[in-house]
Amino acid sequence: MADHIVSAFTDELDKIAADLMRMGGIVETMILDSCQAVDRNDKELAKDVISRDPSVDRLEEEVERQIVSLIARRQPMAHDLRSVFAALKTAGELERIGDLSKNIGKRTLMLDDAVPSMMRHGVARMARPVSLQLHSVLDAYATSNAETAKMVWESDDDIDQHYNSLFREMITYMIEDPRTIGAGAHMLFMAKNLERIGDHCTNIAEFIYFQITGEYLMPHERPKAPNTGV
Amino acid sequence: MDTTAQTDHDPALTGEGADQAQALVYPRINCQDVNVFYSGKQAVFDVSLPVFDRSVTALIGPSGCGKSTFLRCLNRMNDTIDGAKVTGDIFMDGENINSPDVDPVLLRSRVGMVFQKPNPFPKSIYDNIAYGPRIHGLVDDRQELDAIVEKSLRRAGLWQEVKDRLTQPGTSLSGGQQQRLCIARAIAVRPEVILMDEPCSSLDPIATARIEELIDELRKRYCIVIVTHSMQQAARVSQRTAFFHLGHLVEMGDTDQIFTSPRERRTEDYITGRFG
Ligand SMILES: Nc1ncnc2c1ncn2[C@@H]1O[C@H](COP(=O)(O)OP(=O)(O)O)[C@@H](O)[C@H]1O
Ligand SMILES: [Mg+2]
Repeated sequence: MADHIVSAFTDELDKIAADLMRMGGIVETMILDSCQAVDRNDKELAKDVISRDPSVDRLEEEVERQIVSLIARRQPMAHDLRSVFAALKTAGELERIGDLSKNIGKRTLMLDDAVPSMMRHGVARMARPVSLQLHSVLDAYATSNAETAKMVWESDDDIDQHYNSLFREMITYMIEDPRTIGAGAHMLFMAKNLERIGDHCTNIAEFIYFQITGEYLMPHERPKAPNTGV
Repeated sequence: MDTTAQTDHDPALTGEGADQAQALVYPRINCQDVNVFYSGKQAVFDVSLPVFDRSVTALIGPSGCGKSTFLRCLNRMNDTIDGAKVTGDIFMDGENINSPDVDPVLLRSRVGMVFQKPNPFPKSIYDNIAYGPRIHGLVDDRQELDAIVEKSLRRAGLWQEVKDRLTQPGTSLSGGQQQRLCIARAIAVRPEVILMDEPCSSLDPIATARIEELIDELRKRYCIVIVTHSMQQAARVSQRTAFFHLGHLVEMGDTDQIFTSPRERRTEDYITGRFG
């Protein structure tokens, strides 16, 4: 897209996009690291993930502040309007993803060292597809690629299925060995967090798709897995 | 500010009857392949667009793109410009207003116009309004004329401010009041359509807000077409927006759509302030 006649306008939009990408980068590694911490029972890494959350919150505030100021001063229209709307909403979603990852870190600290590694792997396996969703949607944002955004939006179903099977797997462990019930409960919450991160990625995909095309992705048109989880 | 809450219900004057739901689907004016030439130089190219009743249509576009020229077609004001030639059909209620049978003076009483610079006659406030109804023979006596003057001023949101000084010259009013006086003057001859060419460009933001409030009120009764170089104003007051560029109609749509998701790149570039 051509630059604005007022070049500071372009600069301000670029700065917002850059801050959003920074936020996205931080929370993406928070997802991966929090799950690696569960997997390897790495409590130091879990604490480190928790310590990154405030910087995500600050970036969100920073993005919000810039957008409010930009709306007041420049009254964005058309693609500009859609992009500040999408950025504002996306910043909120990323902040939530940060919170959910932090929560995985907190639960890791509460897990007993004796939790079977099979259970730990189960949760960790879900980290990859979920963080990939976020990676792809951020990529769609960076490259203004509506097709990629739509693909992310359509593949949330896979995450849901992953969650459902993990849910059953955890229940099985808990039934087989009631001593794992405490850990299993934490694990289920972690898996639920990852599933919800997937939902946030879907929301981001909707905002980005709208930003790029001016059209809405309709929630009822999205493929959906039968809901066996909670 | 007084509003039309105080106005009387007079179907003949207000054209009430058609309901709102109908308003958006019924084009009051239908323009087909309108071209305008000034001494052979073409200024407007093949413009076709519908203008809907009881709503505001905004014409936007860079300076010199033909907005005013096109607007003037709607009441044949281009007839008064030497060397100007208009082709194409403009239907109003099924009648082609470009037909030689149509009396442009009568047409202009049906299609009123408000200009960029308020231009009250050098007469009293009262006579500014009374002039049109008198020459068009719309009244039989002074009482009737008084009623039209009051009604028009009320409808233009000016009555409370001027009712005690109707004999003072129109030019003694502030810029914003003068513009509302001109709107009252246009309304006084019972038009169906009101054309406005950048009606706020010489007004301060408060006077502008009063005019915008008035336009919003008037659209319940009239078909309004407004040329504005403020995109924010177009976004605020209109339901439909048409974007002109170099004499061509590039895109027309619901105002919401034009300002959130324009279809054409040239519209996008213009409304977001980019180089074309
Ligand atoms: N009376 C006129 N005689 C000759 N050319 C004119 C006249 N009025 C407008 N034009 C030309 O027609 C084009 C469109 O002008 P106009 O309708 O005033 O544009 P806008 O209202 O969009 O600024 C311009 O190139 C302008 O110079
Ligand atoms: Mg003009």
